[in-house]
Amino acid sequence: MENSVDADHKKKFAYFESLKKNGITKEQEEKILLELNDDQKHSVPELHELNKPILPDHLYSYSDLLVLQNHTRPYVAYQNYLKSLDELLEQDRKRESDGFPRKIRVGRLVKPGKGGKDKVVVVPTTVEEKFIHDPSFQSKEEEDASGGSGEGEEGDVIGEQPMHSPDGSGAGPGEGEGGPHEVESSAYDLGKILTEQFELPNLKDKGKKRSLTKYTYDMTDRNRGYGQILDKKATLKKIVETNIHLGNLPDPDDIDPSRFLISPSDRIYRILSREKDFESQAMVFFLRDYSGSMTGNPTEVVVSQHVLIYSWILYQYARQVETRFILHDTEATEVDDFYTYYNSKVAGGTRVASAYKLVNEIVENENLKSDYNIYVFHGTDGDDWDTEGKEAVPELLKMISYSSRVGITIAERKSGYQRGSSEVQEYLEKSGLLADFPELIRLDVVSDDANETRLIESIRNLIS
Amino acid sequence: MELIDQKTKKIMEGCKERARDEGLTFQDESLEYIVSNRDLIELSPKNMIPTLYDYWVHDVEVLKEKGKYELYPANPYETVINTRPAISFYNDNNPDWLNVMIFYHVIGHIDFFQNNIFFKHTWDYDFTGEALSDKRLISRLRSDHGRYVDYVIEFSRGIDNLVGYHRELSNLDNLDCRDLSKRLNYYFDVFLQETKSIKVNDYIKEIERYNKCLKENKDHAENVFFAEIETKYPEFDALFKKSIEKKTQRITDVVRYIIENSPFLNQEKNKWMKSIIEVVRKTALFFQPQIRTKIMNEGWASYWHEILFLKDDRIKGHEVDFARVNAAVTSLPRVGLNPYALGMRMFYDLEEKANKGKDLYDFERIKNVIERKDYDQNTKKGKEKIFDVRKNLCDFMFINLYIDQDFVNKHKLFVAGKRMNHQKMVWEYYVKSKDAHAYRNMILQSLYHPPYIEVDPEKNKGNTLYLVHQFEEKPLVNEYIFNTMMGISYLWGGPVQLETSEALIIPKAKTPKNFQYYFGSQIDEPEKPDIKWQRVVYTMFDRKLTKKIL
Repeated sequence: MENSVDADHKKKFAYFESLKKNGITKEQEEKILLELNDDQKHSVPELHELNKPILPDHLYSYSDLLVLQNHTRPYVAYQNYLKSLDELLEQDRKRESDGFPRKIRVGRLVKPGKGGKDKVVVVPTTVEEKFIHDPSFQSKEEEDASGGSGEGEEGDVIGEQPMHSPDGSGAGPGEGEGGPHEVESSAYDLGKILTEQFELPNLKDKGKKRSLTKYTYDMTDRNRGYGQILDKKATLKKIVETNIHLGNLPDPDDIDPSRFLISPSDRIYRILSREKDFESQAMVFFLRDYSGSMTGNPTEVVVSQHVLIYSWILYQYARQVETRFILHDTEATEVDDFYTYYNSKVAGGTRVASAYKLVNEIVENENLKSDYNIYVFHGTDGDDWDTEGKEAVPELLKMISYSSRVGITIAERKSGYQRGSSEVQEYLEKSGLLADFPELIRLDVVSDDANETRLIESIRNLIS
Repeated sequence: MELIDQKTKKIMEGCKERARDEGLTFQDESLEYIVSNRDLIELSPKNMIPTLYDYWVHDVEVLKEKGKYELYPANPYETVINTRPAISFYNDNNPDWLNVMIFYHVIGHIDFFQNNIFFKHTWDYDFTGEALSDKRLISRLRSDHGRYVDYVIEFSRGIDNLVGYHRELSNLDNLDCRDLSKRLNYYFDVFLQETKSIKVNDYIKEIERYNKCLKENKDHAENVFFAEIETKYPEFDALFKKSIEKKTQRITDVVRYIIENSPFLNQEKNKWMKSIIEVVRKTALFFQPQIRTKIMNEGWASYWHEILFLKDDRIKGHEVDFARVNAAVTSLPRVGLNPYALGMRMFYDLEEKANKGKDLYDFERIKNVIERKDYDQNTKKGKEKIFDVRKNLCDFMFINLYIDQDFVNKHKLFVAGKRMNHQKMVWEYYVKSKDAHAYRNMILQSLYHPPYIEVDPEKNKGNTLYLVHQFEEKPLVNEYIFNTMMGISYLWGGPVQLETSEALIIPKAKTPKNFQYYFGSQIDEPEKPDIKWQRVVYTMFDRKLTKKIL
């Protein structure tokens, strides 16, 4: 294990050296080094760590029932919520027609389970806006200060807590306080909600219908004389036709069916038949930058959005969707399930091109372009060691030749040590790809504290 | 939800008697209910008030990340509510001995509700009763006006933290100086202090002069007193008259101002909205004292459940059980702020000090540590002192007055800091300061404190409502401004302006970051950026928000 990590590290350094040879600015070098020497690792957090409750140690979070009587917080079965979700969203739509902005948000979203058993959790949430003091404004110092008691001199460390939460979104969506309050619903339902309630567009062009080697069986063929189900309407028509020929129907205004004769071959039946299935299907690649600079909010934004996109596409293609998950720092790897994709911690440097290249390779090797509508969604904070996109742009060009849509989301840092840098955006704009192929490639920049509403808006930008 | 059985009720009544003997005072009647989980689902969004009006937000998970306690300043899991009679809630499987302990705790709360002056405005009526009729009113209005009822509730709740709680209280307060003439009050309270800002000893001289007049000529003291002032400050009379005029049209809180002056609400067809706003305002006022006395209230109740239960013979055989439950509730956490633990210790401490006379000025003047420690005047005023504190103080005053270095040392309190250790990838908790001043400030910072926003009628131009947010070095949550102002604008029926302050954060000029320093050091010391404040005006007009820098 150690060795492989070392090897990995050496590779990165080699890449860094090669970049250096080609000439980079001092600022750039500093930034790269910062990521490079970060000793974090891409591990998937342990499950128990995920389920740890957030400790409520705030002054006002104590209450008699919970503390004194040891009462548990009540929880509502999700079925009860589901009913109200529809009503609430309906009400929310009326708000809009009354001229007020919407208020319901689809809450925190994913509860990834291992082995592809991901649960999407839909919790209707809202906030009652008031004029209140901004708690995040307090200087870092005040914010983190709390009471304490017991032994210890000033400066002594009295305890440690693994920092799972700001990293790799371990304690991300679906975690924490919401616990038992969740509504479990399938991603498909969420896609439906997104499409219908939040008015995400339907896909305009679902791509060409491609034949699959699948067949379905349906009662579509008609047969005279025998079969499984009598087609009454067709049979009646036939009887009328026969009797017109026989002259049993002299006056169309005065029909006397009692005189009708029925021939055995008038009976029309439907029989089971084999049908070729013409469904369009999609292959979605989700690419996530999990380099060191993605720590915290950007990761959260990217994964939240990818869940939404995944759900929406699932609905649009009536579940005919296959997904592939790719993580990248300077190297790209494909991971098996959404769980790993979602939870892998950030570390290492950034080379966007590596991910694009991997997608191109997969598509080519597996010859996917003839059978699938291919979508690629990439989430990053916009950092790239390859500042001018010398490697990334050609790969992108190749990618858009076969995909239905490439959507790139840049979660822009609002604060922190790499604030506002967005090389990816710069070189994409410079390359002219965005302007030349607006139907194929889209870029959207969201701030890293975007809420769901903003994320949905962003999806609209990426796919409409 | 059902009442507790007769046997348990009898236990409660016994507890009341013993509590009375110790000096607690409260109304005779109280109601105790058993609650199930199902009941709690319905009750907790309504802050345990069973008759609170229905509102759709109660059915939705509210987002809890941002400013939770500032947005929802009431506890969803309160055991006892401040109604007449007081209602309290219990698990159905509490053993009897535990119920005795909880009853004492509950009685402590009831005593606090019914004696602390910050609850004064809730003393004369039963909130559940009024809430029930309000609930009916709102559901009737809902059948007439449909979802617009919910909009009005929403927009009123958007400003229900600007209800002028303290002003409401001071209107109720019959302080002794009320009997004095307005002229006298104005002279001493405003004119000398604010207009003239005279020195303290000159001020005292004036008081002495007044007292002298009073002694010499009781009936005409005031006239004699003011005769001199007319020559000394010829402008006084005019200023006084002006202040009276100003006071009569003095603006109450934002909500009240809107109810009284909104052109929109005063239209015949919209008058029904006013009653909804009143309901929301009243509800907000009802919950205000609870959150402002959390530490005191829980401390007081914990103090009494401990004292009373230890004296109660029903503890026999359950001493260990009690010790466990009590410790879980009232032990000081290693990290965190437990209001039960802190408040209880403060009351014990106060009592002990007052018994020794340490609450008096003579003691304050002693600087010698050993002398301070051994000081004992045997004044035995401890109980009297804590009852007095329970009557007159709220959390802010309580913390501000009584957390001193002796207290912090005695209980080994400290401000705990949290910082990131990059190398170990953990959050470290560390002892940041053992200074009483720092500890006090840390608590004061975490107390509930809504922004101070009022209407400035002089700046209302045309049909515009002008709100002023007083500067306290705390900016507002930016993303909430739009919806809140849109709501106000709807209720006002015209444009609304909000004057507030925003912080421009100027990052420290970057010193070239020493790489080794950044990763080699254990701690990530927070850098304090410079902050520049600027005054801005937001304008909500036609559902569009614009901002202008003043």
